[in-house]
Parts: sequence; C-alpha cells; structure tokens
Amino acid sequence: MTGYGLLAEFKTAEDLVEAARRARAAGYRRVEAYSPFPVEGLVEAVGSYKDRIPLLTLLGGIVGGAGGYFMQWYSAVVAYPIDQGGRPYHSWPAFIPVTFELAVLGAALAAFFGMLALNGLPKLYHPLFNVPEFELASRSRFFLFIRYDDRRHDAPGARDFLASLQPLRLMEVPR
Amino acid sequence: MAEQPSATTTAPGEVTLPSGYTYTSVTDKIANIVLTRRSRWPWFLTFSIALVCMLAFFLACGVLFIVGPGIWGINIPVAWGYAIGNFVWWIGIGHAGTFISAILLLLRQKWRTSINRFAEAMTLFAAGIAGIFPILHLGRPWFFYWLVPYPDAMSLWPQWRSPLVWDFFAISTYLTVSLVFWYMGLIPDLATLRDRAKTRTQQLIYGLFALGWRGEARHWARHQSAYLLMAGLATPLVVSVHSVVSLDFAIGNTPGYHSTIFPPYFVAGALFSGFAMVLTLAIPLRHFFGLHEFITMRHLENCAKVLLATGWFVAYGYLSETFMAYYSNDPFEIYMVQNRMTGPYAPVYWALITCNVLAPQIMWWRAARRSVPVLFVLSLVVNMGMWMERFLIVVSSLHRDFLPSAWGLFIPTRWDWIHLLGSIGMFVVLFMLFIRFLPAISIAEIREMLHEEKSS
Repeated sequence: MTGYGLLAEFKTAEDLVEAARRARAAGYRRVEAYSPFPVEGLVEAVGSYKDRIPLLTLLGGIVGGAGGYFMQWYSAVVAYPIDQGGRPYHSWPAFIPVTFELAVLGAALAAFFGMLALNGLPKLYHPLFNVPEFELASRSRFFLFIRYDDRRHDAPGARDFLASLQPLRLMEVPR
Repeated sequence: MAEQPSATTTAPGEVTLPSGYTYTSVTDKIANIVLTRRSRWPWFLTFSIALVCMLAFFLACGVLFIVGPGIWGINIPVAWGYAIGNFVWWIGIGHAGTFISAILLLLRQKWRTSINRFAEAMTLFAAGIAGIFPILHLGRPWFFYWLVPYPDAMSLWPQWRSPLVWDFFAISTYLTVSLVFWYMGLIPDLATLRDRAKTRTQQLIYGLFALGWRGEARHWARHQSAYLLMAGLATPLVVSVHSVVSLDFAIGNTPGYHSTIFPPYFVAGALFSGFAMVLTLAIPLRHFFGLHEFITMRHLENCAKVLLATGWFVAYGYLSETFMAYYSNDPFEIYMVQNRMTGPYAPVYWALITCNVLAPQIMWWRAARRSVPVLFVLSLVVNMGMWMERFLIVVSSLHRDFLPSAWGLFIPTRWDWIHLLGSIGMFVVLFMLFIRFLPAISIAEIREMLHEEKSS
C-alpha cells in the first residue's frame, strides 16, 4: 500500500524556507510547508501562489452594495411606494447607509468564505493528522511535505533529497 | 506612529515579550489556561454572581413580555428610557475591540497583539447585548423581524428613510463582521488547542471548530490576506455603526438631539467607553491568570493614553453642544442646555462631567498611568460616566422639549435597574465562559511576534 508522502521536520522558520526553496529548485512541485504562524517568504518558496482573496472581496462588496441599493430602490419605487412628505420615491441619499452596510457585509463574508473555500476548509480529516509528530505544527515546529504523487517523485530519491536537508526527523505519511 | 518596532524593543523594561520564551512555552502557557488549569474560587464566585444577575435579566425580560414596557419608568414624553440608553452604551463599549483589532492592525501597532483577542470577544458580547435592548423596547418585540426586508404576505417593506432601519442594518452587519473577524483569528488557535487537547471531548470540540486547519503556507497567506482586508473593512464599519446610532437621535428635531456633531461625538464616546472596558477586563484577567508578561504595563499605559485622548474628543463634544446651542440662538436649544446643567437631571450632568472630563486628566501623570489600581478605578469611573452620558442624551432632551404642558419626568423603576444590572451580569457570564474555553490571547500572533523579535 502506497503512502501519501514524506514529511520532514525543521526547528526554525528560516530552515523551512530554505528547505522549501531547495525542494522547488530540485524540481519538486507538490511541496507543502507547514508552520505554527505565517512565515514571510514561505509561500513564494513553496511555489506559485496567486492571491485571489482581494478580487473575491471586491466582488462580494459589489454584489452586497449593488444588491442592497437595488433592493431599496425596488421596494421604495416599484413594490411599495409611499409618498412621504413629497420626497421623491427614489430618495437616494437615504439609501446610502444600508447600501454601505450591505457592501461591507458582502465583502467581509466573501473574504471569509473565500478564504475557507480556496483553502479547502473545512476538512476535518487529512492524512497528515495520522502522523503524531505533526501536532507540533500548531505549536513549535516547521514541516516540509512532499507528496508521493509529485511527478518528479521517485521514492528513494525523495527520501535521500529530504535527508540531505538535514531535518530533525523524517517521517512517512500513510494515506 | 510613535511605536516603531525598534523603539519597542529598546525601551528598558518595556519589551513586548519577556526573553526566554520559546514557541513551545508561549503556546503552552496560553493554551493551558484553557486546557488544564482548574477553575479557582475567584472565577466561580464571579461567575455565580454574574449568573444570578443574568437570570434576573431573563426574569425581567419574561415579565416585560407578559406585562409590557409599562414596567419601566417610561411614558410620554420620555418614551425612550434606560433601554435605549443601555443600547447606546453597550454598542459603544463594543467599539474598542474592532478598533484595537482592525485600526491598530492597519497602523502596525504591534502592542495590540496581546489584547486584541479578548477585546474582540468583548466587542462581540457587548454588541450582542446592545442588540437585545431595542428589541425589548419595541413593545411588541415578537414583530421585530418586520425590520428585515423579506417578501412577506402583507406586501410590506421597511421604510428605508428611517434611521431605525439603518440602525438595524448597521448593528446586524457589525455583529456579523465582528463574529467572522474574531472567528477567523481564532481558527489557528483552535487548531493548537485541538492538537494540545488532553481529553477526547476537547479534541472533538476544538477540532470541529478548527475546521481542519493545518497551517500550510498557502493557507496562511490567504488567511492573512483575508484578515487584513477584513480589518480594512471593519475600520469604516466601526465608524459607521455609532454614526448611524447617533442618527437615530440627530435626524429627529428634538432639542439636544438635532445636531451635526452627533456622529463624531458618538464615535469618540464609543472608543472612550470601549477602552475603559478593555482596561476593566484586562486588569483582572492579567492578575488572575498570571498574564503579566503578555499584557504588560505598556499595554495598560497605552490604553490609558488612548483614554485620555478620546476623553478630550468627548469633552470637545460637550463643549460644542453647549456652544452650538447659544450660537444657534434657538430658545429651545438654549433652554435644553440650561436645563441639562441646572434642571432636575443636573446632578447626572455634573457627575458625568466629573467622570468623563475631570477624572481622566489624572492620566497626564505617568505615575497614575502606571498604577494598576488607579487605572482600574478610573476605567470603572469612565464606564459609569459614559452610561450617564447616554442616559442624559436620551432622557434630558425628551423630558422638556417644546411645550411646557407636555413636559414630564422620567424616574427609573426597579425593572429598569434589573435590566441594566442584569445585562452587565450577562456580559460577565459570557466573558467568564470565554476566558475558560477559548484562548484569551492570540497564540499564533504571539508566536509570530516572538519570531520577529528573535530575527530582528
């Protein structure tokens, strides 16, 4: 039965960044790096990453704001017009506060759920959780992981390569 | 800004984190408060008293639902009493959390790290409690959902020109965004708790809420990106919320309400009371849980400085209100100001000036800013002062508006007091549960700070 990949443990964030950079340089593509806090430069080291969160947030804000304004216009002009002291039905300045609030709401929800969706969360089971040492990833240690389905992956080579980075520990991750 | 990272580490005795801490020890120290530490008697005692107050609040709500708002002292002309004052007060307290988390994050004020988590929790609880009061005040609270625009069988829609509808959207958006912001920051820490869990129950519950967070580099990048954007969104939001609350008053033509200073004046008051509440909570928290190394004197001192500054904004608001009344030459506005200072509620006015304007001036002295008991007492004084301000805005303007034949007095009943004290009890209950079940300080951010200090 084939495993899921190989996991190497490092002591410092700098070691992990360096290891990830070398893994990419060696041609590995399915490289993942795990750290207990966001490490600067790590995401560039593990490979291509495009930040789509800002775009999603903008779209969420536009949908929320435009939808909110439309809802007010529709209800005040089309569905339920009330003559209130001779003011125009489409009294746009009064519609601004709700439009603003709904734009912020749409953007914030898009940022949060976009972050979860792009990260593939929630994902309560993951093969890495089978490795007991991996719990240190949320505490004090830094991990580099190379998946077996990496196209450059020939099992003994990957093990030798990771060992050459001199990790604290090298672990097999079962599927 | 004054606090450059280099300056923070060089000031003697004021480093942000004590040396000798490692990733493991900060993690364990904060996580163990939740995971292994047994509750001691101060916690149980506070929790029990607060629980009794909270139950009294529920009882009072039950009586209110059965009998109606007549159990309160409100009547015509003072139809807005404690419920609206409490609402404005609580929502104001609920502003500092977002201010600390969002605005100070954008300004790169690193010292916010140890206080943002519990300040956000404070925001959430205060805003939630605030949201209850207008509903209780409705008279027919079971119809509150009529504020929600939904395609109902009556073909009715909310009145978009009403600030009360704006308020509904502002508060519900603020609550939702605060909750999401808080939870997003909690996810990595929940993963830490899941991994450090001592029992199966802890592991299951924290594991469920951690959503399977693993701390992968791309996950962190997206998390940070979303967190920063959310901070950017929360910044105008926090300003908008109390501005909209103030429009509930300012749009009306009652003397004392109808004023353009209201939005900034309310926002400043919100930050003022919010920072006072941060101090009220931070001081016992660091004392009872031994968090002196994370919530340092420097944090308390910075809060005190913010308190002093926002106190002056509030003082400017008082001054401007008085000035504008005379400048407008409107007899009703002028009478309102005179009545506020010399009328039946004059003791409240002078008490609030003492609490909000005079008392904080002690913060000019460094010794006072660095004395924990002084800060604690002052934070309580400011909280009280701000409650009196909310009370005065609501009541003193209504009780003598235009025609003397329509004047009246508001005298709170015992139910008014039960609702006020009970809501404080509910706040304390929620906060006590929070510090027992969730990390009160962001562990991941402290680890990040430790890394930056080590590498700098």
